[in-house]
Amino acid sequence: MNRFAALLDALVFTPQRNGKLRLLRDHFAETADPERGWALAALTGALDLPTAKPAMIRALVADRVDPVLFAWSYDFVGDLAETTALIWPGPRDGARLRNAPPPTLSEVVEELRAATRAEVPALVAGWLDMLDATGRWALLKLVTGGMRVGVSERLAKTAVAGIGAVALEAVEEAWHALRPPYEALFAWVEGREGRPDIEAAARFRPMMLSHPLEDADLAAMLPPDFAAEWKWDGIRVQIAATAGERRLFSRTGEDIGDAFPDVMAAVDFTGVLDGELLVVRDGAVAPFADLQQRLNRKTVGPKLLASHPAWVRLYDILLDGEEDVRELPFDARRARLEAWHAAHRPARMDLSPLIGFAEWPELVEIRTGARAAAIEGLMLKRRASPYLAGRPKGHWYKWKREPLAADCVLMYAQRGHGKRSSFYSDYTFGLWSDGALVPVGKAYFGFTDEELQQLDRWIRNHTIQRFGPVREVEPGLVLEIVFDGVQRSTRHKSGLAMRFPRVSRIRWDKPAAEADRLETLAAMLADTATPAG
Amino acid sequence: MHIASPRPEDWLVVRPEGLHCVPGDFFVDPTRPVERALVTHGHADHARAGHGRVLATAETLAIMASRYGPAFAGATQALAYGEVLTIGGARVHLAPAGHILGSAQAAIEHAGTRVVVSGDYKRRRDPTCAAFEPVPCDVFVTEATFGLPVFRHPDDRHEVARLLDAHRRNPDRTLVVGVYALGKCQRLLCLLREAGYDRPVHIHGALEGLCGLYRDHGIDLGPLLPATVAERAALAGSIVLAPPGAIADRWARRLADPIVAMASGWMGVRQRARQRGVELPLVISDHADWDELLATLGDVGAPRVWVTHGREEALVHAARAMGIDARALALVGFEDEDS
Ligand SMILES: [Zn+2]
Ligand SMILES: [Zn+2]
Repeated sequence: MNRFAALLDALVFTPQRNGKLRLLRDHFAETADPERGWALAALTGALDLPTAKPAMIRALVADRVDPVLFAWSYDFVGDLAETTALIWPGPRDGARLRNAPPPTLSEVVEELRAATRAEVPALVAGWLDMLDATGRWALLKLVTGGMRVGVSERLAKTAVAGIGAVALEAVEEAWHALRPPYEALFAWVEGREGRPDIEAAARFRPMMLSHPLEDADLAAMLPPDFAAEWKWDGIRVQIAATAGERRLFSRTGEDIGDAFPDVMAAVDFTGVLDGELLVVRDGAVAPFADLQQRLNRKTVGPKLLASHPAWVRLYDILLDGEEDVRELPFDARRARLEAWHAAHRPARMDLSPLIGFAEWPELVEIRTGARAAAIEGLMLKRRASPYLAGRPKGHWYKWKREPLAADCVLMYAQRGHGKRSSFYSDYTFGLWSDGALVPVGKAYFGFTDEELQQLDRWIRNHTIQRFGPVREVEPGLVLEIVFDGVQRSTRHKSGLAMRFPRVSRIRWDKPAAEADRLETLAAMLADTATPAG
Repeated sequence: MHIASPRPEDWLVVRPEGLHCVPGDFFVDPTRPVERALVTHGHADHARAGHGRVLATAETLAIMASRYGPAFAGATQALAYGEVLTIGGARVHLAPAGHILGSAQAAIEHAGTRVVVSGDYKRRRDPTCAAFEPVPCDVFVTEATFGLPVFRHPDDRHEVARLLDAHRRNPDRTLVVGVYALGKCQRLLCLLREAGYDRPVHIHGALEGLCGLYRDHGIDLGPLLPATVAERAALAGSIVLAPPGAIADRWARRLADPIVAMASGWMGVRQRARQRGVELPLVISDHADWDELLATLGDVGAPRVWVTHGREEALVHAARAMGIDARALALVGFEDEDS
């Protein structure tokens, strides 16, 4: 654990990409299996551990530390894992050295994997006693599942490839057939063994992603070069099926098949397909909130299967049977997809239709008219482009419809994370209803540091009450919030929730009494709830 | 007939100028010019120029003269540790505070009551100054710079080992370490020498005067060279000490591929370190950490504790939990030094 902790600590303090890469490469080259493989898994989010909620950490620390002192400390430090790591009244250095050696990362991972959720707190507390402050911080990052050390999955893979003579592209292609702690991967990149067998597994292929369309882009694009599709408001999935295995992957390659047995039952073919996971009832796409009910579940009961049936709307094909068709241009793949669909007619799957258009203004009109809940906007795909991994420029564009907006009143502010932890940068805002404010959402600030500081100052000067890192403020500041849609919510007292809310500007000029009313938001719900056509 | 002895809060009081001893008519570490000042140590927020008469250790007086020039006060009087002086109705002596060269606690007695004003202090070993001596007292006036339980300073040898490890791993880069010019700089130099580093250390011009002063007081800092940015190539692969203000500005960026380190008690909190653009935070503090603040309350055994600058609220809270009658003294003008 100490080596891993030292690595995380160094990563946090090393701003440049090259510096981080050097740290990672040294770590992977100098650390033995399986320790380095677990580190790689932790950094790439590939560890599936019973994670600890912040509430559990708070409970552990409340058991050992005066709550008043903890609250002041948390307020000063601004990060739960770090506060707990620093404040934990473990044995001092001398005492620790006399005691048992601190756990290795492998020991921590193996014990956590074997543990039930109820056993996790005692395990964590025991390790906190054995580790020093940096080790405790790393352990808490690990068990709460938020590394935030500025290492992307790609950077970690680049570092692994860098310790040997294997190309990054080859590592990426093999990645999803490999499992932590990646002994076969390290043996391969170090030239001790050949490439691991990755063909038998139904593995994830890195997806092709899009760029937001800027107005300037459109001027340089010719309509005949592009196909248009709806941008569905579900989640992007990849179905991968070999003779022996079937899997349903999320955009990041996470296997989510267990939560969707209804879709999996329909996978009676071989191939790899790209599409949108939706909840569809009688041919109509349900709002995203319905799909949310099905997400993040290990298992799903018959009632939910019946009330929230899942569906995949296909828009691309990567492997037609066993044949890799990613090199083919979009038009040829589309023809393959249509032929494949006609031949197999799988249940719970249909094709995302292409939208015919001749000139851009025509498409602009179609996009403006698309107010249905299930549609976020349009996708534009270059007809000549092969299926490329990652987010290559100039091939696929997402063209979201204009966001909705409402003037809301700031109600609570909370300290941010990371480089903003000394500012109040997370905001809860509300709308008027019967003369009182009702919270309708939460957003982070997306603006300049100067505005952030002004807002922070306003919050400090208008605080009514403090609850740990949260301040309740006077109802005196209007924020213009933009969002992609409105859905019903049982979590909010208002019964409504915004999709992707963000602060678009601070309305210093607008009196709070003139902010929008809850009914305005409710009306947008009616507008967006029409079933998709 | 029984005459109640005056309460210490009646004869040691907070004034705009600072803490005032009424029977001796002097101020401890006044932040504005006064007629008579007792100065605990040479840091700028405690030792200011322009007082009529200054009482302090000889080392502190030398530091003030070096910083402000020989005419920093109308008159000066040196008081050695342990030497007792009567000033008006008060008896005063100084005890080592272990903070920096010459740093002292002020023990002030009046009407059978002893109040000890700690000034800034630490409890760790420091090769550049005399170790802190607990003085039993009725009222202990303590600092609380690191008065939160998140501050637990690691062993300084561990931090120096990290510094030397980074130095070894980056033979082509310049390791520039931000240090407070008075105390931290010289202590870090001594710690480096103790860890076996005997190559010359380059020091920023702003550190030269006080390093010379420490040497004049018999403290061996090993070989030092000026850190001249013009000799960029010569500095590659070396350790450079500079004041905290210099490590983030253009001066440091002109060094050869610098790694920015900083030696301070605040470096224990990652966010603080990152805000300053520090890549290698070294937790080396000249102040007591949380455990040492609490241990010191036990060591001096004072039934009453007044907390001055720092995070007073937490230390007051913890002291009360120990059964001590504690309160915060609202002193102004002290900075979060050790930065
Ligand atoms: Zn000081
Ligand atoms: Zn001070």
